[in-house]
Amino acid sequence: MSQVTIDRNEIDIVIAAFRSDLTSFLEEWRPIISRFHLIIVQDPDLKEGLKIPNGFDVDVYTKSDIDKLVSASHASMFSGYACRYFGYLVSKRKYIVSIDDDCSPAKDNNGDVVDIVTQHITNLKTPATPLFFNTLYDPYRKGSDFVRGYPFSLRSGVPCVLSCGLWLNLADFDAPTQSLKPELRNSRYVDAVLTVPKNSLMPMSGINIAFDRETVGPAILPALKLAKEGKVRWETMEDVWCGLVVKVVCDHLQLGVKTGIPYVWRNERGSAIDSLKKEWQGVKLMEELIPFFQTLKLSQDAVTAEDCVMEMAVAIKKGMGSKHPELANAAGNMVEWVKIWKEVGSRVLI
Amino acid sequence: MASSVTPTPLLKDELDIVIPTIRNLDFLEMWRPFFQQYHLIIVQDGDPSKVIKVPEGFNYELYNRNDINRILGPKASCISFKDSACRCFGYMVSKKKYIFTIDDDCFVAKDPSGNDINALEQHIKNLLSPSTPFFFNTLYDPYREGADFVRGYPFSLREGVPTAVSHGLWLNIPDYDAPTQLVKPRERNTRFVDAVLTIPKGTLFPMCGMNLAFDRELIGPAMYFGLMGDGQPIGRYDDMWAGWCMKVICDHLGLGVKTGLPYIWHSKASNPFVNLKKEYKGIYWQEELIPFFQAATLPKECTTVQSCYKELSKQVKAKLGKVDDYFNKLADAMLTWIEAWDELNPSAKLPNGK
Repeated sequence: MSQVTIDRNEIDIVIAAFRSDLTSFLEEWRPIISRFHLIIVQDPDLKEGLKIPNGFDVDVYTKSDIDKLVSASHASMFSGYACRYFGYLVSKRKYIVSIDDDCSPAKDNNGDVVDIVTQHITNLKTPATPLFFNTLYDPYRKGSDFVRGYPFSLRSGVPCVLSCGLWLNLADFDAPTQSLKPELRNSRYVDAVLTVPKNSLMPMSGINIAFDRETVGPAILPALKLAKEGKVRWETMEDVWCGLVVKVVCDHLQLGVKTGIPYVWRNERGSAIDSLKKEWQGVKLMEELIPFFQTLKLSQDAVTAEDCVMEMAVAIKKGMGSKHPELANAAGNMVEWVKIWKEVGSRVLI
Repeated sequence: MASSVTPTPLLKDELDIVIPTIRNLDFLEMWRPFFQQYHLIIVQDGDPSKVIKVPEGFNYELYNRNDINRILGPKASCISFKDSACRCFGYMVSKKKYIFTIDDDCFVAKDPSGNDINALEQHIKNLLSPSTPFFFNTLYDPYREGADFVRGYPFSLREGVPTAVSHGLWLNIPDYDAPTQLVKPRERNTRFVDAVLTIPKGTLFPMCGMNLAFDRELIGPAMYFGLMGDGQPIGRYDDMWAGWCMKVICDHLGLGVKTGLPYIWHSKASNPFVNLKKEYKGIYWQEELIPFFQAATLPKECTTVQSCYKELSKQVKAKLGKVDDYFNKLADAMLTWIEAWDELNPSAKLPNGK
């Protein structure tokens, strides 16, 4: 298994800023991300200018940039947590690594700081194995391999296009869970990365992800907006929706999704109980979304991520749009996203 | 959600430990603190006249080939000879709800803190807590202490389903096939992955019989380890075969399969050249077997493990018989196994634990 090269020309780090002073956040991450190009997208609701320390190669995008590039009627697609997708849109690089601005670097079981960029890119640059489960997890990791009984024809794997990382300390639990167990913190560092099997859906958390923009960018999309969406992860489902969409796309296009390392350390923010008081819209929706997505089948004609997203949008509008207006909107946003993606002419520069 | 301070029940009267062997069971000495309270079923393979020495203080029943022939009569043909696949005879004669099976070259491993791992206790935890095959939880087993379901996990799926199988892993000598062993003779598994997870519905995996536990009442009849060893064209695919059949049936019946912890320390690397001879046909055949199992569906009238298994054997004959005549024999042996199972377990014709 060859060494994976981490080429700064291939990578953009995209951060959505929900607070104006990013000094401590960026200083913490400096050793890991300063050699990469950063795209920081300011939450359109944030009025103050961003404070960014020196020494970073960074482009900042604000509400006015969003308004310039997309029409006013669609600017709302990029509000709140979804503003980070604007960063994905304007990036010109092959890989995106994206984390929430309330995360710090974590330490592994040896006490070493986790380099999320190296691990995410390694996950993306080594094949995924969705067609058969390897009990020793990622067989491409050093010190691991395929186990006895793993068919040889499946050992070359498929390209991995999405790498979902995890979180120590404040894990990505929903508000009811965290309210019920206010002391629950994730202290278990599981030293594994594995492929999510084909036809198995999972809840993607946008807190710590990386993806191959070139291949699957059109499917990493801002679409679902809850009526009372807020500025804490407990009050959004945009990433979970995106994860369902992208997994269906990947399964259809024979692409892979990995989950596991790298970990970030997620800091305390917000109140689960306060979030609980808001409507349980997202939680209720999931009950219907899962069976729907599990049975979604795409046609043979859908051969690119764009094709897949367009077909899914039609199916979602037809299957769930009348009962759930927010899903009809989501379907509309998906179509709009693909249109904008094409218009912006997002091409990989390198 | 289980409280993290509830001690794990011992289940000492509900669990049998099945060990296939051809040599003395000195390895049990190391396991004594964890196994001594349990009843052992020793299945002696090979020469029945050899006397197997079991360390003092263990409560066990031992079956050699003569016993197997005596108990099963002509049906003994379904039990392999000169292959650890014979262990499934132990599953059949057991009268307990749970089985833990372990190879005699597997020892107690240590966790990263240096503590001995009680593999049996972890298997029991895995079996007594639900599985979650319908949606992947990114924080792995949500029922483990310190874990839970993540945001986005549907609440209607949080009860999970009963766990039928707990598949443990191995530190030190990994369970590689012969070609991999030849290419990487020195590779050792040193990575302790602190996770248990459910293998999603519709996903197959290579089940290793070295460190395995299951609920005999839920899935026992599906745990047939096939025709291997003496007189057979293939070896080292016994557990694989059982795992594929078992998973198709579990997926059909809504039962769960977990993999991950516990780890044992696997001390003996078998000879890769010997292994290659045994596995050779399997390496080719599995290219046909995997698509077969991936596409296998069972009719909804099959609501018991036995009926599922019999249906599967029909499909094996129909679709795999043309790959090699071996599969015709195997399909017949699968039926023989079910007949023998039902004979030895007359009241066990219960629907699955739904």
